[in-house]
Amino acid sequence: MSTGTLLRDGPDLTGPKLESALNFTWSRPRGLIGWLSSVDHKEIGARYIVTALIFLALAGAMALHMRLQLMLPGNRVMSAELYNTSFTMHGTTMMFLFAVPVMQGVQIYLTPLMVGTRNMAFPRLTAFSYYVYLGGGLFLWTCHFLGFGPDDGWFNYVPLSGPQYGIGKHSDVWAQTVTFTEVAALAVAVALTTTVLKQRAPGMTLARMPLFVWATLVTSLMVIFSMPAVELDSMLLLSDRLVGTQFFNPAEHGDPLLWQHLFWFFGHPEVYIIFLPATGFISEIVTTFSRRSMFAYPIVVLALVATGILAFGLWVHHMFATGLPRVGYSFYTAASIAVSIPTGLQIFCWIATIWQGRPRFEVPFLYIIAFLFTFVIGGLSGVIIAAVPLDLQLHDTYFIVAHFHYVLIGGAVFPLLGAITYWYPKLTGRMMSPVLGKISFWMIFLGFQLAFFPMHISGILGMPRRVYTYPAGMGLELPNMLSTIGAFAVGMAVLLFVLNLIISFGGEEAGDNPWDAASLEWATSSPPPGYNFAHVPAVESRTPLWDNRDHLPVVYGLKVEERELLLTTLVSAASETREPSATPSIWPFISALALGVVFVCSVFSPWAILFGVVPLAIALIAWFWPKKPEPSEEAVIA
Amino acid sequence: MSFSGFQTMLGGDALESSNFLTLFTVFMVVCTVMYLLVVGALLIGLWRSRSDREPLTVESGRHHETAPAFRTALIGWTALTFIGLTALTIASFFTDRSNASVAENPRLTLKITGKQWWWDVEYTTQDASRTIRTANEIHLPVGVPVEVSLQASDVIHSLWIPNLAGKQDLIPGRVTDIQLLPRKIGTYRGQCAEFCGIQHTHMALDVTVESKADFEKWVAAQQRVAFAPTTPLQLAGYRYFTTRECSACHNVTGTPASGTVGPDLTHFASRRSIGAGTLPMNTGNLYGWVADPQSQKPGNHMPTIGLEPNDLHAVVAYLETLK
Amino acid sequence: MTLVPTFTEDVSTLESDGFGTRSLTWWGVIGFMVIEAVGFALLFAAYFFLMSHEQSWAPQPWHPPDLLAGTLFTIVIVLSEIPNTFAKKAALRLDLEAERRLLPWVIGFGVVLLVIRGFEFNSLNIFWYDNAYGSVLWAILLMHTVHLATDFGDTFVLWRLIETPHGQQKRRFVDTEENALYWRFVWGSWLPCYVLIYWLPRFFQ
Repeated sequence: MSTGTLLRDGPDLTGPKLESALNFTWSRPRGLIGWLSSVDHKEIGARYIVTALIFLALAGAMALHMRLQLMLPGNRVMSAELYNTSFTMHGTTMMFLFAVPVMQGVQIYLTPLMVGTRNMAFPRLTAFSYYVYLGGGLFLWTCHFLGFGPDDGWFNYVPLSGPQYGIGKHSDVWAQTVTFTEVAALAVAVALTTTVLKQRAPGMTLARMPLFVWATLVTSLMVIFSMPAVELDSMLLLSDRLVGTQFFNPAEHGDPLLWQHLFWFFGHPEVYIIFLPATGFISEIVTTFSRRSMFAYPIVVLALVATGILAFGLWVHHMFATGLPRVGYSFYTAASIAVSIPTGLQIFCWIATIWQGRPRFEVPFLYIIAFLFTFVIGGLSGVIIAAVPLDLQLHDTYFIVAHFHYVLIGGAVFPLLGAITYWYPKLTGRMMSPVLGKISFWMIFLGFQLAFFPMHISGILGMPRRVYTYPAGMGLELPNMLSTIGAFAVGMAVLLFVLNLIISFGGEEAGDNPWDAASLEWATSSPPPGYNFAHVPAVESRTPLWDNRDHLPVVYGLKVEERELLLTTLVSAASETREPSATPSIWPFISALALGVVFVCSVFSPWAILFGVVPLAIALIAWFWPKKPEPSEEAVIA
Repeated sequence: MSFSGFQTMLGGDALESSNFLTLFTVFMVVCTVMYLLVVGALLIGLWRSRSDREPLTVESGRHHETAPAFRTALIGWTALTFIGLTALTIASFFTDRSNASVAENPRLTLKITGKQWWWDVEYTTQDASRTIRTANEIHLPVGVPVEVSLQASDVIHSLWIPNLAGKQDLIPGRVTDIQLLPRKIGTYRGQCAEFCGIQHTHMALDVTVESKADFEKWVAAQQRVAFAPTTPLQLAGYRYFTTRECSACHNVTGTPASGTVGPDLTHFASRRSIGAGTLPMNTGNLYGWVADPQSQKPGNHMPTIGLEPNDLHAVVAYLETLK
Repeated sequence: MTLVPTFTEDVSTLESDGFGTRSLTWWGVIGFMVIEAVGFALLFAAYFFLMSHEQSWAPQPWHPPDLLAGTLFTIVIVLSEIPNTFAKKAALRLDLEAERRLLPWVIGFGVVLLVIRGFEFNSLNIFWYDNAYGSVLWAILLMHTVHLATDFGDTFVLWRLIETPHGQQKRRFVDTEENALYWRFVWGSWLPCYVLIYWLPRFFQ
């Protein structure tokens, strides 16, 4: 091997000289092509986050529109048709275009920084996934504005969505949106899993991994095991609709319940795919603001893993009313209730950490307190609906609507808002305004309770979900009015939050580690340079920046003129091999475009798949074909 | 514990719904205690952290240490949640057993078929000629266990009469069932609880629980054929109904109208509502419905025909005789 | 970086581009194999779910698929592991000449398999639109064909690639080794497909 002539980082090459060389190596071309060619996980992650927040805003505005319709009994703000489309678009957008992508976006941004590597594994695949996801979102919303957005609910039950009753293209659009987003999510999950398993800084054993990274690992594995189910389901539906297969047709040996089993085999883990990254945020924020390590770290890890596994055994609790064998009822109940034990353990550990530390009541920490107050209500209402005799009443009513908004907004969005406030200085180099932050925090927290708590009541008083209006005289007037007022308060507060995001670009400078946190992402500058770390850090404890207050142990000897990563062993994270990291390329974008054309056209004709494969294959070959033999390639044959 | 209300889970007007109330109360108590424990611990933790004690933080260099009491507390907390959840599972099991007991010896059976967006109801008896067919309403004798067999002819629906019992889906290609044991005389409302298309909202069902005598009377009335028209206006309505669009979809037993696509109207005027709970039954609403069902329940399968005023008067007059 | 680095370990002497678990792409291949295996498993689950409703399988009056093409395909795809194993071993010992010799064999097997696959569709004795039984047979066969065709394409491109000077890079040997791994998945996943398509409809008639 002729490696001696190459520049490598080390005691002889450090400081500004190294940084400018690395900057050159890890930069991308300027201009639009350069932008589309980016393989920097930070850029891609940020794009994911911003795009997902835009979809949140769209779906949120839709929710406000629906709340106006439901404000009064017999209201005529929306037609039945528009209302049905709206709740379908709201749910589909929130689940597939906001919740999962925003969590994956944060994971894409943070994971490589937290594990101390220069870029994530398969950065081109990650870039590709972003364009596929964006394509899915644009497709869904374009179809909606053209008047054929989906209208059968976010779980799109057959036969309502099938060839016989799902007239028009609505349901095909839903199915193909799912295909787009799941392809993206699966690609990201593989890249994140590999990053976590193989690219951790030397010394970051599994037992020293930040809890957010653990959450990333568990959720990525859950994506890998659950999302093929909905992918398959939507393909079976499309083939029923487009080429006349009979999977869901009871008249021809098919069964509509097949749809539900496959859907919820994905759909239940989906909830934890959204919630577990949020527990990662919470663990990081609790640690930083309590000024101490997490209490019972191994228990928290075990709880994460246990939740991830148990989540796959619960799908049937979405189907209690379909006429399951009665002998199984107690088993389903016990299984569904059991999942609250690991979550209860995590909650205990967070509170114990706070209790033993000395919390600082900054905005991110406030969101964690709000999370605990809110999520526990959602968790306990989850215990209530786990009991079959109770669920048969509460299922598909506003009680459920209240429950899953408590779990998803309280459990995932509150921590997300905390996380955005917490990591904003890392992304931008500026602090968010704490004054605006606190105002919007209180409005969101209180507005949320006002909007969603009364939904428990309206459900108990007999209001089913997915109705565009309700009769007067059932006692539903007051809770619905309160919900509408609360929803608008939340809407205003979110606007304020976004305003804070924007004006804080000119906010106070943050420095590398404004919160004095312990994990590696705070060891580099804010925002981090393209190469993340000038030298790859070496880790000696769970809280590296707290245990070495003034210096950072590093390893050295990676190439400087080429993109190179250090791989470490699976468990103990000992240095193992070096591997090149992909350079910017336009081909992931072109491949995503080709794939998008296939998906969109296949809604109209199955032949599109056959013809669309050709440009897709060309794009993929161009992507993977090495561009030129690099001068320093370590050729093994002279 | 019971509340008034014709569509509420708090009614407790039948065996299953009163079991629901008991179990729900148990769960609420346990969950409230759990919630107070968590929030209480959080608040104490936050408050204590402001006290003078030396915290185990990075400032003191003791951020990896843990007070031993917390390990004990962790075990205690796990045991507590485990016991609490086990108790709830057991309570749920016994409730379920009690609910299942209704199924053992039903004394009345009926069949409900869910259609977009109305309920087709059939009271089945050994003697086929005494079978009752109605729509969007059921009558039940108080204190009699009932077995309801459920089917769907198009998409999935879900029958939910919260005052009496939990819901049960109606699934194409399958037959499901639900058991009811009403305990209180009253009028209730059921509603479809599984989204089933554009007018899912207006797919309700009127439920009357009455004394056995009243129920027998109702059955007898339902088994009669439709009343014959008496006034000239009614007769004109009858002619229109049986010879024009109406009879293509609707059945009126005892007349040539024998459509099966729409609800059976033999005793239509005796029902409490029009259009599967869309409008209360009265003359004004009947005019509105017959004249323009699409503006009353947009998207439903009954077309707006555009009757001439004379025909409209006549058809409404005839429909009102169908007691 | 404001924290002062203290240098601990020199990683420049580590190997570059390892095989197996030492390679990032190996983990990527495993990841996608798991995804696809889950896809197959769920499709099999759907098959058994539909089958559980039936008195007889294939449902009356349909005949189960003819055995010839499917059995022939199964034999050939198992035999294809012979050149595949040799290609994998050649990659591991960095023997470019052997690789260049062996990959055309793997591709040749692929061509034969794709041809037989065409006859398989013809031997199912049912169309996808006839009933759900037909739909699920076609779905399994089609899903496997997609894998077969994809890996055939991959192998072909890889062969063209190692015929260029790029073939001398160690990275390409790693690619070849991982391609062989994926081929094992393609034929491994076929075996349960074969049983479900051809044999269960015979056993449960």
